[in-house]
Amino acid sequence: MATVKFDEATRLYPGNDKPSVDRLNIDIEDGEFLVLVGPSGCGKSTSLRMLAGLEEVNAGKIWIGDRDVTNLSPKDRDVAMVFQNYALYPHMSVADNMGFALKIAGVDKGEIRKRVEEAAKILDLSQYLERKPKALSGGQRQRVAMGRAIVRSPQVFLMDEPLSNLDAKLRVQTRTQIASLQRRLGVTTVYVTHDQVEAMTMGDRVAVLKDGILQQCDSPRHMYDHPNNVFVAGFIGSPAMNLLDVQAGDGGVDVGGSTVPVERARLAGASGGNLTLGVRPEDLELTTEGQGIPVTVDVVEELGADAYIYGSTKARQHIEADDDNDAPEKPFIARVDGRRPPKKGDTVYLAPKQGHLHLFDAESGARLGD
Amino acid sequence: MALNITASRPDPALLDLPWELPLETWPEDNLAALPRGISRHVVRFVKLSGRVLAVKEIKADIAEREYQMLRVLNRLEVPCVEPFGVVSGRLDRQGNALDACLITRHLQFSLPYRALFSQSLRPGTSSRLIDALAVLLVRLHLTGFWWGDVSLSNTLFRRDAGAFAAYLVDAETGELHQTLSHGQRDHDLDIARVNIAGELMDLEAGGYLEAGTDPVDTSNQIVTRYAELWAELTELERFERGDRWRVDSRIRRLNDLGFDVDELSISTDFDGTHIQIQPKVVDAGHHSRRLLRLTGLDVEENQARRLLNDLDSYRASQDRQNDDEEIVAHEWLTRVYEPITRAVPRDLAGKLEPAELFHEVLEHRWYMSERAGHDVPIEDAIQDYVATVLPSKPDEATVVGVDTVEMPVVAMFDDL
Repeated sequence: MATVKFDEATRLYPGNDKPSVDRLNIDIEDGEFLVLVGPSGCGKSTSLRMLAGLEEVNAGKIWIGDRDVTNLSPKDRDVAMVFQNYALYPHMSVADNMGFALKIAGVDKGEIRKRVEEAAKILDLSQYLERKPKALSGGQRQRVAMGRAIVRSPQVFLMDEPLSNLDAKLRVQTRTQIASLQRRLGVTTVYVTHDQVEAMTMGDRVAVLKDGILQQCDSPRHMYDHPNNVFVAGFIGSPAMNLLDVQAGDGGVDVGGSTVPVERARLAGASGGNLTLGVRPEDLELTTEGQGIPVTVDVVEELGADAYIYGSTKARQHIEADDDNDAPEKPFIARVDGRRPPKKGDTVYLAPKQGHLHLFDAESGARLGD
Repeated sequence: MALNITASRPDPALLDLPWELPLETWPEDNLAALPRGISRHVVRFVKLSGRVLAVKEIKADIAEREYQMLRVLNRLEVPCVEPFGVVSGRLDRQGNALDACLITRHLQFSLPYRALFSQSLRPGTSSRLIDALAVLLVRLHLTGFWWGDVSLSNTLFRRDAGAFAAYLVDAETGELHQTLSHGQRDHDLDIARVNIAGELMDLEAGGYLEAGTDPVDTSNQIVTRYAELWAELTELERFERGDRWRVDSRIRRLNDLGFDVDELSISTDFDGTHIQIQPKVVDAGHHSRRLLRLTGLDVEENQARRLLNDLDSYRASQDRQNDDEEIVAHEWLTRVYEPITRAVPRDLAGKLEPAELFHEVLEHRWYMSERAGHDVPIEDAIQDYVATVLPSKPDEATVVGVDTVEMPVVAMFDDL
């Protein structure tokens, strides 16, 4: 087991003028489950492959424990790429299927047996070790394949979108299993996904990348409550955070003609009067006219305990610079009490709950205040 | 969802296959062979309009990606199976969605490695397979293709004048890059080494491996064979200005390995005392291209080398060295090659490819001549070969089979 350190690690593809991974800095703790997440082309897979030794590092360094691995070949890094189409061999016992790679590496028989037995215990395969793979169920076979990676006891597990070929139900089930297995093993793991829900439910910490640049690396909870910038705010969370372009005004911000109160100190870092206000759908309360943001209800989605309303405001929805400008305007979403939901066509007044309002500089996108 | 078929040359008979059934349960009359062996995905071989197709059930996006990848690899003239189409939008009779199917053409006279090991083996078969795989891997890497799952199971082998020629079968994990990094090539090699060792250990456990073969030593050969070939094809060579013969010598060595040099960079030092050469673009198929140009025969590289040698002997024996090469080649084709390959009775035609048969007859004649103490005419050799050797050979035109355990993706703890 080991720590992993990306130290100003940069990958510039020949012929490109912008790096695909730009001065990445992340310190990963021993035994931590770190998830790299972001939209396609953000550099998450490239970062993982730099750590695996499959992509060259053009500048900066990568460390595993106290070893500088920047220029080492993949097999000398003591990392294991997991879930890579492992085959099972029909004439070999489960124990041999799990341990044969150690034999190739010249590990002695006693040690192989010991490691196979340990892995089998963790994977609930102890009583099947002498059987042939044909005698196992699908789930057991999958675990034998996982066992192949575990017995190598690598310093780091690497997983690149391991669930992408599963259907939705299986994906949910398997992500829980991988996360709990990783915690039982305690092996430092770096996991790549494009799915923010997967990232938030699996990782000890989540690193969000965009255009090759690390946006934020934080625990899921802290990232959710304190997104560093407007991109992270919009990317993390489902349904997504409402983001509106607003103006600083007296005693607060002006949201399409009504004022949402904000302490003056929070606006101190703003580069101008233009701001982006963010509030998550579950952080809104119904209030009375003149108190909150006026929202015209277009659709009500009743889910029993809760209801979601989808509506429109007079304020402009924030659009990221590289968003599709022709895309239909996103609705303003709020979660309300499912027993007394408003009706379609109503105008409701929604106020952000105390401490759950996010503000970002319109120019830089950076978070304002705490 | 409607059934959706993507194919470059679609065959309407495709619509008659039972797409509403999971591939695993397809009736026997659709299959070209009974399912045997085991694989990661469900794979079946079906007969369609007189040809054999391999059908693999996988997720639609993966099937589409692999189909496109195989098309690109075919265009790049890398030896691999030919994609036929993708069938997606499948529903069973209850209206539940089924996975898509990737369809590839069965490669005639190709052999899965397990089929080779279930025959009585000539010594050194595993080494020859690994040599062929090393050549394939080098060719793939030269085109910028990272395989990600190199193994004997993911390769098909064709006999090639006593050696083998390897074809890529499974491109599911592959990626095409501008060029590959050292790390990517190393990783592919490491995957190859581990997979081959596992596959040979499995044959050993099943009692199929030739005696005296060590799985680990043999699997290590992929690394050395690959490194030798890669170095010869790509390495910079530096020598003194006077040794200019080394340019020609390098080109000859590459030709002997079966590669043409399309571009060679030559540069000198500042003071001009040393010359550096490095192949920039090499192209496999040196002998097979020459044979194709001369005779129109499209055969494997070693077979071509063998046939060209025989053509050269023919020229010498007929005293035609000064005649136009193409005219003599045509004569050799009609007077020597075709009579021999046509001498095989129809019922034995599925045993070996014509070019491989020709190679075998040449070998046979050599042994007959040695025994007789004088040259045996080729007509006698073919007669004897067809009577005594060919009938005992297995039919290899459509050997199908899949390997490794079927491991559908399921939750790991489904059974607890």
